[in-house]
Amino acid sequence: MELELGQAIQTFITECQELLQEMESSLLTLEADPTDQDAINSLFRSAHTIKGSSGVLGIETVEKFTHFVENLLSRMREGEIRASEENIDLLLKCRDHISTLITLAAEGVEKVPAGIEAAGAALTERLARCLDVKEKTEAAAVEQKKEERHEGPSSKSDAWHISIRFGRDVFRGGMDPVSFISYLSKMGELTSATVLFDSMPSFEEMDPESCYLGFEIDLKSDFDKAAIENVFEFVREDAQIHILPPFSKIASYIELIQNLPEDKLLMGEILVNGGALTRSELDDALRKQHDSENTNEKARIGEILINGGSTYPEIIDAALEKQKRNQSASQREASTVRIDAAKLDALVDLVGELVISGANIDQHSQRVADSLLQESASVMLRLVEEIRESTMKIRMVPIGETFSRFKRVIRDISRELGKDMDLVITGGDTELDKTVIEKIGDPLMHLVRNAADHGIERPEDRRAAGKEAKGTVRLNACHDAGCIIIEVSDDGKGLDRDRIVAKATAAGLIQPGAQLSDQEVYRLIFEPGFSTAEAVTKFSGRGVGMDVVRKNIEALRGTIDIDSEQGRGTSMRIRLPLTMAIIDGFMVGVGGSPYIIPLDMVMECIELSETERSAADKRSYVNLRGQVLPYVRLREFFNERGARAAYENIVIVQYGGSRIGLVVDELFGEVQTVIKSLGRVYKDIKGLSGATILGDGQVALILDIPRLMQSVEATFLAKSA
Amino acid sequence: MEITSTIKGGNTAEVRIKGELNIYNALAAKELLAGALADAQNVELDLSGVTEFDSSGLQLLVLACKETERKGHRFALSDRSEPVETVIRLFRMTEFFIVVPQEAQ
Repeated sequence: MELELGQAIQTFITECQELLQEMESSLLTLEADPTDQDAINSLFRSAHTIKGSSGVLGIETVEKFTHFVENLLSRMREGEIRASEENIDLLLKCRDHISTLITLAAEGVEKVPAGIEAAGAALTERLARCLDVKEKTEAAAVEQKKEERHEGPSSKSDAWHISIRFGRDVFRGGMDPVSFISYLSKMGELTSATVLFDSMPSFEEMDPESCYLGFEIDLKSDFDKAAIENVFEFVREDAQIHILPPFSKIASYIELIQNLPEDKLLMGEILVNGGALTRSELDDALRKQHDSENTNEKARIGEILINGGSTYPEIIDAALEKQKRNQSASQREASTVRIDAAKLDALVDLVGELVISGANIDQHSQRVADSLLQESASVMLRLVEEIRESTMKIRMVPIGETFSRFKRVIRDISRELGKDMDLVITGGDTELDKTVIEKIGDPLMHLVRNAADHGIERPEDRRAAGKEAKGTVRLNACHDAGCIIIEVSDDGKGLDRDRIVAKATAAGLIQPGAQLSDQEVYRLIFEPGFSTAEAVTKFSGRGVGMDVVRKNIEALRGTIDIDSEQGRGTSMRIRLPLTMAIIDGFMVGVGGSPYIIPLDMVMECIELSETERSAADKRSYVNLRGQVLPYVRLREFFNERGARAAYENIVIVQYGGSRIGLVVDELFGEVQTVIKSLGRVYKDIKGLSGATILGDGQVALILDIPRLMQSVEATFLAKSA
Repeated sequence: MEITSTIKGGNTAEVRIKGELNIYNALAAKELLAGALADAQNVELDLSGVTEFDSSGLQLLVLACKETERKGHRFALSDRSEPVETVIRLFRMTEFFIVVPQEAQ
């Protein structure tokens, strides 16, 4: 049997990417709130999983390094080391290093390059230094001393014994013992609970707003000491709390009895009733204690302190809410399935074929005119439509995750350049096709970097300009008429029109003194090699960015527009079509050949009358209800030689706020087809985005409306110049 | 929140507490309780009208109980609303108070 290691490594890499993403997210959360225990726990779990998996697969480089990181995280989880700006920064760098190591492993690189090796060693050293400076809290010290002090037999009780005397001001502090007891009961099984009122004074003296309650509790729980201590986080300062772990030494219980204010016999009874001790254990121990009292020093129990010193802003109920939410979140996680992308693509293909086949059957059934057959065909078509919609939805992923990655980018740039910036994300649950999301990541990264690097000014400059010192980079996504719009905008200094014109003129891209609209000027920055950045930073400015961005977006059949106002900010708007493998189209005939126009871009169809036709021949536009409508004769555009029809029709299409008319011979109507790519040979043809096979076997070409429109507008402008 | 007291059957006072019995009106509640207990001997506390109840409310019950018993009389609960029952159960105090069966209305 051959071990399918290749598959395992693939899974490992995918998993690690997610875990690393999770780590980064947790670290940023921790930066905002260094006491967030959930974030620390999540960090530890992620690192632990990465270490374990890499170990199993024999990826030693990752395993060894992650092991050191895990050490630090383990101490942080125990509360012995607190999160600080310094060690969070260190952990972020370590996370990046782990990512690098994993990439190397994925590429099969055996020997780690010297530079990376050195970087890793430096990080390991910093980690070691963090671990040396271990901050021992009083709790740890007390714990140590306590452990050593008691010898002798242990209790057989497998429950935690919690003794608490609430402080007088518990109510005034806005808290109530009810919530603590309630919370404890949810942490496990409360095998016994005894309320004590011994400290309640006489009727006259009793202050109704003071708390005189105490409890002796036995709790069977799988939670560890830290978790139980944390329950009393908010009251520890005023309360007397003692927590004895299961199977504590009997001597510990005796000591507890000695140190509690109530009557010793009463306390003994309570302990026995709660199951902490048996009666004989209690009697024996009390006798021994009495004997030793006469000889040894009385041991003093230290107050068990709660770890750390931080106070959570949430109240216990909120913590309980979080616990509930976590449970349901993990339930939800369990109901997702990981699918091989190739299998999903194969499924989409099959569904496409099914759609074509269904259309075929529909056509035939119409002709046969058998009502039963037509009915069955109709039912089948409806089901096919539903399958198609479901399959399309599977590939859709919310863009929010991609957006969140940029938080780290903004943070890093903020720090490095000494700027103050926020990333605001809206529309994160807008969904895109999975492959589109993967391909749009890099262009977006570049745009976000630009905004942060060149757009947002330094705090001093912003204040001088009367703006708030903190700049905002905004990411927004939404749907609009069959497209998805992604916007990257900032409230920085905007594009400098004059600089761009100067640079372009110097580079020979435009004629000196040419009259250009703002839009045309801004579009110049997409030319290769163009950059007006004063300083080439390590983030951007090398001039290899924007043209690559545009190419990537065009490869997705999208467009990008720029809006900018000097001093106010810049906005980059990316439009991507939502068309995927199967589209709803409007079929037209041009010179006998069928063409398909994406249905959601079709606005209306009008017949071109004789008079209009001859008039239109002289102009390149049509008068549509008083508005100018540029048009293109698809016959000419595609060089069709077929016979010209008696009437011509114009199909008016809209994209991105512009409209043009397509002059065609015949109108066929709505049709649903699968987009098949035309292959590399036809890749550069403007105006076609693919082809399809119709129900009758004919090949219809699918029009790429955005590209077509650009081409037509260029011609229109040229003609009217 | 209001506390009313009626004498029923000789030396038993039926004290009824209606409304919220919690930290927000603990001070007022103690005053009213003091009044109700001053003239009473045995006490039967009807808490069926208590809409909210917390530890401070419980303390007052215990206080009233201790005071009544200190004077040598009997303190009992006759009826408890759900908020009250919840706290008593949570604190495992179901055996603490004497409970008398409710009178049929």
